[in-house]
Amino acid sequence: MIKKGILLLLLAGFVVVISNLIINFSGSSELNPLARYYAENGPTEVGAANLVTAVVVTYRGFDTLGEVTILFIAAAIVGFFLKILNSNNNRTSSLRKPSEILETASTLLVPTIFMLGTYIFINGHLTPGGGFQGGAVIATGVMMIILARPTSEFNHKLLSILEAISGIGFVLMGVLGLILASGFLNNAFLPLGKLGNILSAGAIPIIYVFIGIKVGSELTSILNSLKENQNEV
Amino acid sequence: MSIILAIFLGLVILILAFAAIYHKNIKVAIIASGAVGLFASVLYLLLAAPDVALTEASIGSGLSTIIFFYVLNKIRQSND
Repeated sequence: MIKKGILLLLLAGFVVVISNLIINFSGSSELNPLARYYAENGPTEVGAANLVTAVVVTYRGFDTLGEVTILFIAAAIVGFFLKILNSNNNRTSSLRKPSEILETASTLLVPTIFMLGTYIFINGHLTPGGGFQGGAVIATGVMMIILARPTSEFNHKLLSILEAISGIGFVLMGVLGLILASGFLNNAFLPLGKLGNILSAGAIPIIYVFIGIKVGSELTSILNSLKENQNEV
Repeated sequence: MSIILAIFLGLVILILAFAAIYHKNIKVAIIASGAVGLFASVLYLLLAAPDVALTEASIGSGLSTIIFFYVLNKIRQSND
């Protein structure tokens, strides 16, 4: 009884606090100073037509590095706990055959999805999206392969090599920015080019290709280690 | 018009979220949580956040659903 009373009191307190916030909320009519700085100086300093990319890769590039590291650690932990055994314990017989529609559609859709993912991370500095989104879309294509052809195998070595190379490349780009330009992950050590061109925004396209490959291979390896682990108990 | 659509999408997301929490059948709950991601990505697109919408569509409705199913299968195997 007392417990419920305390709970109700807490809830009432939350209602008071949150309703206060909602009633007194008024959207700001102008950008705050930091956002105004990004919007005004982003195109000339970074040269990326997509301002979100300018913030994510250069102004807040260190946060992106942290994000990629978190994903890497997650993939490593999944790989550690779900060790892949090379025993082919007659998985084929226990699996139900996927539907004809899915199998046929996947042959058309998987290349298209891969192409879309690649497009997203190559055009990350021009259109919405970027390395992370492109990599996730590519991993969705891999998911479709797994759904349509459950017996298909992926090359672990290739995945880990891709992941390692792209991770090193990303950090290397950051260090190059530190040496040749003004700071870590500064993109201005390559020519900025004309705003809106595909070859513009300095090192951003290269960094985004690295991030895209890294995220795609990490998510693929997570899916793959979960898939390979389904039949051994 | 778009605000009506946004409110409608929000209601659908709420219903699906309740289904994901309270449905007895875990498979239905997983599908409902995937559908939450799908509708949320459309909502993000309406609210002018296409970058977030792309991530939500691929991770929230695609990858996390299949990972939930894999984990569900794994748990069932170890319970037998």
